[in-house]
Amino acid sequence: MVDVATQPNSIPHIGAARKRISLRAALKRKSAVAFLMTLPLIVLILLLVIYPAFYSLHLATLNKSMQRFIGLGNFQFLFKRETFWLVVEQSCIFAITAVVFKALIGFIVAHFVHNIPAKGQRKWRGMLLVPWVIPPAMSTLAWLWLFDPSYSAFNYTLSTFGIGPIPWTGDAYWARFSVILVNVWFGAPFFMIMYLASLKSVPDQLYEAAAIDGANWWQRIWYVTLPMMRNIIAITTLFSLIVTFANFDIVRILTAGGPLDHTHIFATWAFRIGIEGGDIPLGASVSLFMFPILAVAAIFILRDINKRGNEA
Amino acid sequence: MASTVDKSAPTRTVKYGSMSRDRTWALRWSYFFLTLFAIFSLVPPLYMVITSLKSSAEISSATNPWWVFHPTLANYAELLTSNQFLRFFWNSALVSIFVVTITMLISVPAAFALARMRFWGSATLATGVFLTYLIPDTLLFLPLFKMFAAFGDLTGIQLINRWYVLLIVYPTLTVPFCTWIMIGYFASIPKELDEAAIIDGASWFQTLTRIFIPVALPGLIAATIFAFTVSWAQFLYPLVFTTSTDQLVLPVGIITTLIKGDVFNWGQIMTGALLGAAPPLIIYAFLMDYYIAGLTAGATKG
Amino acid sequence: MADVTLRKVVKRYDDVEAVRGIDLDIADHEFVVLVGPSGCGKSTTLRMIAGLEDITDGDIMIGGDVVNDVPPKDRDIAMVFQNYALYPHMTVAENMSFGLRLKRYPKAEIKTRIDEAARMLDIVELVDRKPKQLSGGQRQRVAMGRAIVRNPKVFLFDEPLSNLDAKLRVQMRIEIKKVHHKVRTTTVYVTHDQVEAMTLADRVVVMNHGRIEQIGTPNELYHNPATRFVAGFIGSPAMNFLPCRLEDIAGRLHVWLTDRIAFPLPPSRATRYQNVGRNEKLLLGLRPEHITEAKAHPEPGIEAFDAVLDVTEPMGMETLIYFSLEGTQICGRVSPNAGALDGGALRLAVDLNNVHLLNEVTGAVI
Repeated sequence: MVDVATQPNSIPHIGAARKRISLRAALKRKSAVAFLMTLPLIVLILLLVIYPAFYSLHLATLNKSMQRFIGLGNFQFLFKRETFWLVVEQSCIFAITAVVFKALIGFIVAHFVHNIPAKGQRKWRGMLLVPWVIPPAMSTLAWLWLFDPSYSAFNYTLSTFGIGPIPWTGDAYWARFSVILVNVWFGAPFFMIMYLASLKSVPDQLYEAAAIDGANWWQRIWYVTLPMMRNIIAITTLFSLIVTFANFDIVRILTAGGPLDHTHIFATWAFRIGIEGGDIPLGASVSLFMFPILAVAAIFILRDINKRGNEA
Repeated sequence: MASTVDKSAPTRTVKYGSMSRDRTWALRWSYFFLTLFAIFSLVPPLYMVITSLKSSAEISSATNPWWVFHPTLANYAELLTSNQFLRFFWNSALVSIFVVTITMLISVPAAFALARMRFWGSATLATGVFLTYLIPDTLLFLPLFKMFAAFGDLTGIQLINRWYVLLIVYPTLTVPFCTWIMIGYFASIPKELDEAAIIDGASWFQTLTRIFIPVALPGLIAATIFAFTVSWAQFLYPLVFTTSTDQLVLPVGIITTLIKGDVFNWGQIMTGALLGAAPPLIIYAFLMDYYIAGLTAGATKG
Repeated sequence: MADVTLRKVVKRYDDVEAVRGIDLDIADHEFVVLVGPSGCGKSTTLRMIAGLEDITDGDIMIGGDVVNDVPPKDRDIAMVFQNYALYPHMTVAENMSFGLRLKRYPKAEIKTRIDEAARMLDIVELVDRKPKQLSGGQRQRVAMGRAIVRNPKVFLFDEPLSNLDAKLRVQMRIEIKKVHHKVRTTTVYVTHDQVEAMTLADRVVVMNHGRIEQIGTPNELYHNPATRFVAGFIGSPAMNFLPCRLEDIAGRLHVWLTDRIAFPLPPSRATRYQNVGRNEKLLLGLRPEHITEAKAHPEPGIEAFDAVLDVTEPMGMETLIYFSLEGTQICGRVSPNAGALDGGALRLAVDLNNVHLLNEVTGAVI
């Protein structure tokens, strides 16, 4: 009644041995194929990213003509220089301030775009992303012109209100402001786009439930939007901190680090010393200072990704 | 049954906001602020256009900078007929197209292998790819410069001051993120599609070319656009690695040649900057959705 | 066409054994359904036959050849997936012909096969559309077309109807049966729905926790379940299980349903159970259709008793009634005009000719 058949031995096993070997070969082939496919990527990264990073460590221990090994001599030299500490301070202030404003503005603008009917969103999104699309070198030139000491269009407009001409790039504090302003102008659209995408993924029903529970607009943001967007906010902020910290184009073109080194950040000062000054090891030492800070940020990002992966 | 009204209960005057009125006010504020931000975003490029239409004379006469009184296309004509400028444009175009091709050739197979073919170390490699994106070019430019100089001395192959050296370094900027984008798109293809292809008899390569690439085409386009935009806008690496005028790409070329000493020919500079910004802007205008998809690929799929 | 044999097939993932040594013989042209709850190992078994999963131990043979290490494309099988797995960028015709094009079949032959399959599945007007323009039922047909066109030795179906709504499912069941009549390919079909299993299969394989509980024709499984699991799994509404015990009363074998209700067993049953321990704790299995309203002239083996109903579910052509016997909820089926009301009393009759007795501990049917 219960049909479990037991088959008498008539299985052809001769073919089986041959077929087992071919499967092993096939498996090997899959790993081999996969490895080959990723090989160019691995080579690229090892040769042109990892190796140079370590090489710069080695370079930083050489003297200017790169003949002698001087250990930590370059670093000792830097620590004694006032400009170095200025650069450290400026880099940190620049990165943190710029990122905070970029995130804030991006968040606010994303909300406004999200509020208007869907049909119009595309248009506005298009206009607001333009700063990000223009190559930063080109748009910084425009700002340079807008800030020009003699012909500044901003000063022209301000003068009609009686406000005196502002030395956008001439005065140390105004120069710092200008650099941050241009960076925020350039980077806020990126945040806006990311936050907008994330906003759209928050289910409407959560807002509706909160509204019925009596939450006003501020409470809705605090209790519904922000928690749902926590991951995106963390990742974009960390990413931007790293990218802003390592920024070169804007400062170089706008102020070239001036006036009197008061807008120099790691990248521009390293360029000044290493390429323009011809002292590659010293320049490498300067760049290397970015590394600990970047490493800390990277650890935070990794932890966040893993956490998010586990949550999902 | 007659309904009774309890007259002894205290009555509250309840004020109801009109929902539609709240909505219109919210909309008005939204549009107001959006306009402000839009102005903020568009002022610099618009100013570039305005200035590019001015003659040097008008610029130095310090009339209202926001208005063109005597528009002229002289700046455009000069630049577009200048061999030097055209050379810059050509170099940029050449470099960008080559870099895009190299990038896609490296990224797509790597992304496919990492997303689909589970092999030893694939998870670490994927995270590793992501992390290298965090080692900025501003850290690497000095050692790379020294490396290439040393290589040139060793082998006699000149790597400094040649535009093709950029083909070697640019991919370090584009490949990690493009791989990341493609991994996201490939991973979102349902696994059953692979299995159906396997049962239909496709090899790994056939599965990639005949199924994955067509289905993930939007991702491919987004990655291509990203790679192109990054290549076109590069400033630091070309500044370091190329110095002779005929080897320069556009961003570096404009800045180093149009600024001669203390005389800034702003009309031409703005025109040059505008022309330099044109290709990414045009791509953006036509393919905005792919552009944005490339950016947000990390957000929505990561 | 070919037969499929599984011998002591085992599948282990790290420490978990998903499939624990199953033996199965599927004859050529047979339609076999693997059915069971989620996690019972039926899909894993199917995927091992397909070659999408490696076999930890044991052998699988298709057409007499051991295929353990043969890659899927060389096994000459075709598979229909739960989510259709149609290539979204290809038209219906391209989807169906993909496998053939990879093997470089001549164009004329491909066209003939596609036309034939399309006609069989009634999708001729759809051949130039893309999957996103098709409804769920149409997509499933295209998926079947893709399988038919390959003319394989075995068809494998992995829960193909689970994504369709109820009405469509009934329709597609009929389609699948019709196709099988025409094409007669050996088929292994996996589902968690016992109705599909009963209506489609030549033989049904009931699986649970990685093992086979019973193999048999639908009728065999329905009327002669071997284990409690099979008895409770097959048939809807499910079989009722009541604790009971046997006792000899006045020379006849009686079964005690509760402390107060005992019924004499009809002679056929009495002979069968005569060696079972009296007063041993047993389970009585009774299908709902064997608990009906009491009729005026009861037939032999049918005993009547009074019950108070908890809930009634009028289904139109019958009414399902639910009542309790010493804490166990029982389901019965009465005719719609039997006067069954929520909370009302009703005189019911049980048909003891069709009763099953189970060992409570082992779950085996006696």
